[in-house]
Amino acid sequence: MATGAIRNMTGGESFGALALALFGVTCLIIAGLTDHGGYAFHMVVFALASVLAFRAIIVRRYHGQGPEPQEINGKPNYNFGPVKFATAAAMFWGIAGFLVGLVIALQLAFPVLNFDLPWTNFGRLRPLHTSAVIFAFGGNVLLATSFYVVQRTCHARLAGDLSPWFVVLGYNLFIVIAGTGYLLGITQGKEYAEPEWYADLFLTVVWVVYLLVFLATIWKRKEPHIYVANWFYLAFIVTIAVLHLGNNMTIPVSLTSPKSYIVWSGVQDAMFQWWYGHNAVGFFLTAGFLAIMYYFIPKRAERPVYSYRLSIIHFWALIFLYIWAGPHHLHYTALPDWAQTLGMTFSIMLWMPSWGGMINGLMTLSGAWDKLRTDPVLRMMVVSVAFYGMSTFEGPLMSVRAVNSLSHYTDWTIGHVHSGALGWVGYVSFGAIYCLVPWLWNKERLYSNRLVEWHFWISTIGIVLYISAMWVSGIMQGLMWRAYTSLGYLEYSFIETVAAMHPYYVIRALGGGLFLAGALIMVYNLIMTVRAAPNALEKGVAPAAGLQPAE
Amino acid sequence: MADTTRNAHADLDAVSGQTTTGHSWDGIKELNTPLPRWWLWTFYLTILWSIGYWIVYPAWPLVSSHTRGLLGYSSRAAVAEDIRQLEARREQQAAVLRTADLEQIRNDPTLLRLAVARGKAAFGDNCAGCHGLGGMGGNTFPNLTDDEWIWGGKLADISTTITHGIRWDQDSNSRMSQMLAFGRTGTLKPAEIGTVVEYVRSLAGLDVANGADLAAGAKLYAENCASCHGDQAKGNQDLGAPDLTDAIWLYGSSRTAMVDTVTNGRGGVMPAWSGRLDPETIKALTVYVHSLGGGQK
Repeated sequence: MATGAIRNMTGGESFGALALALFGVTCLIIAGLTDHGGYAFHMVVFALASVLAFRAIIVRRYHGQGPEPQEINGKPNYNFGPVKFATAAAMFWGIAGFLVGLVIALQLAFPVLNFDLPWTNFGRLRPLHTSAVIFAFGGNVLLATSFYVVQRTCHARLAGDLSPWFVVLGYNLFIVIAGTGYLLGITQGKEYAEPEWYADLFLTVVWVVYLLVFLATIWKRKEPHIYVANWFYLAFIVTIAVLHLGNNMTIPVSLTSPKSYIVWSGVQDAMFQWWYGHNAVGFFLTAGFLAIMYYFIPKRAERPVYSYRLSIIHFWALIFLYIWAGPHHLHYTALPDWAQTLGMTFSIMLWMPSWGGMINGLMTLSGAWDKLRTDPVLRMMVVSVAFYGMSTFEGPLMSVRAVNSLSHYTDWTIGHVHSGALGWVGYVSFGAIYCLVPWLWNKERLYSNRLVEWHFWISTIGIVLYISAMWVSGIMQGLMWRAYTSLGYLEYSFIETVAAMHPYYVIRALGGGLFLAGALIMVYNLIMTVRAAPNALEKGVAPAAGLQPAE
Repeated sequence: MADTTRNAHADLDAVSGQTTTGHSWDGIKELNTPLPRWWLWTFYLTILWSIGYWIVYPAWPLVSSHTRGLLGYSSRAAVAEDIRQLEARREQQAAVLRTADLEQIRNDPTLLRLAVARGKAAFGDNCAGCHGLGGMGGNTFPNLTDDEWIWGGKLADISTTITHGIRWDQDSNSRMSQMLAFGRTGTLKPAEIGTVVEYVRSLAGLDVANGADLAAGAKLYAENCASCHGDQAKGNQDLGAPDLTDAIWLYGSSRTAMVDTVTNGRGGVMPAWSGRLDPETIKALTVYVHSLGGGQK
């Protein structure tokens, strides 16, 4: 029977099994050769993951299960397994990322919490926080929603048999490698691109497969046109691939060393870094999440998208302009003035294209504004669009050189990032997941709308505390740094500015704590939805938006 | 469901009065609403503003240079000019401080004001990390605002300390003597250390253990400690040996801390600042520290 099973393997299964076997063996050999403990650990993790994946392929075949049919009774047989996994992973990493964020916020207020240990100091935990919330939480939300939305709006099953699972599992394996690497001190020291060369290479493979799965699904769509959400998803996937390759052009010291050196030097390296860094915001945290908005808000509000024309114009304007804006991170540095000017002016021109998304999101509600009173999930998504509008006005403002001379290197930047991250990315993700979980697990509604209300209000208070504390602290910090006495000496020493920020750091930690508390309520609500909410009447039927009765 | 709602013909949305594009994806339709005018005009305005900015500021790369802009602005030149102006302003004060001696600066209200301003800024950047922002010290770093001086509190003493540091290897004029590790080197046995600590506690007015042999302690003190700390235990600032009869204890006055001091010795380090700070700044710092409250004539 076993040999029969092997003989029946599809080409994809054979290729996958062979590739996994080769990869696993290679990793084990490197683990044996290296004298770097953390690197050996990572190679063993890779090898272990290969063994598990190899086994999963063989077991599936042994039980006579192969690729699923594309359609059942003329309806698309949607592939929701990877979507469910990524949804659950998003919540898991979200809680982890928010928690680490709270810890480092407390460390800034109370440095004793660094515990004088290498693994728990701020320098290692900070990239753990940023990667966990951006790439682990945000990335899984993007994987889950993109795989869901592309299927539903193309009216076709996700392309590929094993590949969607490879994308989802491989991406999460990358997260584990990256996160444990930071704690072990493995980093290339590039902000938001900390993982070393071997993790980068692995992610490249995963990402290319992601692109192929997405493209192939669009290719075999049953709809004549490609929905706007899919343009945004595609822009996000393609651009992230280009950015990732450009900013990680490193040469490893050797195969047995985790260390590598970047080929770009000096200010060119800085320019590459912020071209990458800013477009991680632009394409990962904006384009990808606009795609989420374009599906989930009209779906939930049961209203048509406000303006098709606006969606086209702001899409092309956004992706054309965003890619130039990176140099505004390097005002008043060794970067030549002309590059700073371009970064600044393109950021200003980016204001309206960004707001095009906000207008399309908010105005889609026309005719359905009353739902905001009764549907906290829709309210969450609409508030997220409002935060999007706010931070995409604040961003161009801060990119103006004169404003930047006050705001740069201060907490104002941190406040700006978090109004976008907590308000926009966080809320639109929460809204999408609140929609997705009942749909995916075939439930009539969420376990409790009341808990969503609690989540909404607790975390909204948290966000307001967070960003207003950082505005005050940041502007105060900037003003203190530039204050001179009448005799021409600095009015404040650096340590005085640090001491002055303490109360705001405490308020910020409180805000972060509330945001985490809200997310924990959400996790409970989602688990209870899967376990205890009533089942939807008909299985596999496209969910009508806002099925929840508006009590 | 998508295929049942697909519609080749645009239909009218009753709420907005707009037609749709005629497509439907998973039940989602799109309206034919034109671009909001204010949006479009604001977009054009930001583009126009940017073009204007490119004309007056350095903006576009060329083959081997870049467009300079009508204003001829350069951020490097602007920073250099700012720094030049600031240095020119400070140089006037520095010149005055350079020629005056410490006593003159201390006694002339105008000079004192300049020195304190310069000294305060330098103190915050260089000294506050150990001595605290107000010079109050703490955690084994001496308080600079009280009357107890380990190496002397006159202007010249403070100047020497700042210039050459304390136990700073790279400076041959640094203040070098240190409290010996009587216990670790075997000079005193643990019991003897206990005895001499009780004696010193009695001098400082700290509580003394019942039945402590103060006479034996006095003998041990005279043999081992008096050469630096003096017969009366009033200390010796030439050797950096602190007064043991007052209530100020840099390393703590608990029995454990004192036993630790005698057993393992002490020897805090302060860097020499000559070469790192210019002579005017060291003068200003000297006067500033002297003016914190503990300065001696």
